[in-house]
Amino acid sequence: MPGLVYFSSASGNTARFVARLGLEATRLPISPKEPLPALPRDYVLICPTFADGEGRGAVPKQVIRFLNTPAHRERLRGVIGTGNRNFGETYALAGHVIARKCAVPLLYTFELAGTDRDIARVHDGLAAFWGTQCLTA
Amino acid sequence: MKDAQILRSVPRAINWNRLEDEKDLEVWNRLTVNFWLPEKVPLSNDVQSWGQLTPEEQTLTIRVFTGLTLLDTIQNGLGAPALMGDAITPHEEAVLSNIAFMEAVHARSYSSIFSTLCSTKEVDEAFRWSQENPHLQAKARAVLETYAPGADPLKRKIASVFLESFMFYSGFYLPMYWSSRAKLTNTADLIRLIIRDEAVHGYYIGYKFQRGLETLPQARRDELKDYAFSLLFELYEIESRYTEELYDPLGLTEEVKAFLHYNANKALQNLGFEALFPDEAAEVNPAILAALSPDSENHDFFSGSGSSYVIGRAVATEDEDWDF
Repeated sequence: MPGLVYFSSASGNTARFVARLGLEATRLPISPKEPLPALPRDYVLICPTFADGEGRGAVPKQVIRFLNTPAHRERLRGVIGTGNRNFGETYALAGHVIARKCAVPLLYTFELAGTDRDIARVHDGLAAFWGTQCLTA
Repeated sequence: MKDAQILRSVPRAINWNRLEDEKDLEVWNRLTVNFWLPEKVPLSNDVQSWGQLTPEEQTLTIRVFTGLTLLDTIQNGLGAPALMGDAITPHEEAVLSNIAFMEAVHARSYSSIFSTLCSTKEVDEAFRWSQENPHLQAKARAVLETYAPGADPLKRKIASVFLESFMFYSGFYLPMYWSSRAKLTNTADLIRLIIRDEAVHGYYIGYKFQRGLETLPQARRDELKDYAFSLLFELYEIESRYTEELYDPLGLTEEVKAFLHYNANKALQNLGFEALFPDEAAEVNPAILAALSPDSENHDFFSGSGSSYVIGRAVATEDEDWDF
């Protein structure tokens, strides 16, 4: 079963987005000390951005650790980046960085906890995306 | 009473190697790395562009900036210090002291813009206008009430997030508008630095609000949520009238209001609440979004032909590789 994996810091914007999305999803633990939960076979990752003004540190450390494990990286099929346009050039930068680094498409970007339109697009988009993935697999 | 408590308790030094809340260090690092001063921006390159604005456009711009200066002055002298008194951790207090200082830098920056572009007489007139404009004074007072001694600490945070993430935006709209038309582009660069800071401030104060809220019984949570939405309505009413007065002559009021709705929704999200305005009412002119962030167009791979891409070969990754 294709799946959804996400990181959300204690401020919870991404977690609120995922809760409203209504799809089964696995949250990466905030603390590196906590073990990873069971992962879906193939998945899309939703990742918020934590860059400073120069774009450094865009991808949260826990997500880097997670993706540094080859088995996790191999199953990644696409990434959705989140952020805030008020950060200018670094808006949703984590999504761009992961897409480039892991050679997967950046599927979508949205701000903070997303709008109703973002929810609808990601919900329908993921269904269609997994459909094409099954056909091409 | 608080002073008496401080005198009785053991004075404690802050230890940044023992954190109660990791977010304090994360935000401290972000704010300190992002530190800047107005001297960094070559504002004098805007002198020619300024001269090409009409006298009405110049007056509007100066007034908008005095309005922004007022909010920064309040947040520097009263807002952030009031929040410091409510801080749960010593690290939170230190972060707020950074926020307070940067608000002073922001307020200072507008005066740098003025001294570079405008005459003393024009600027003095605009500051007088800011003291007499009923809408600007009303929005300042609405926030100042919550900063008064003895007010509810969580209500203070609500008002503070609205100031940082909503009330600035009727003003921020104008330099983004000029920038989208290739006017006052250096001034816009400076404003973008302020916008970036305010985004961190709104995020952090909103986060601390959420931490406080989750310790409360449901009835109190409901009460605070009701308070937040009613305060936002009140501020929105004032902000609408302020916007009409400033932007009606340029025919921009409706566009600015869409920008207000968009930012009101983001302010509510910083507090952990859902949006108030529907998406259709919060559709911002794409040129303004692009002025905020050059990569502003939402990526929507889903709406393209999803089957056409080729999965590349993933490369081996190391921690240090990700800093780009």
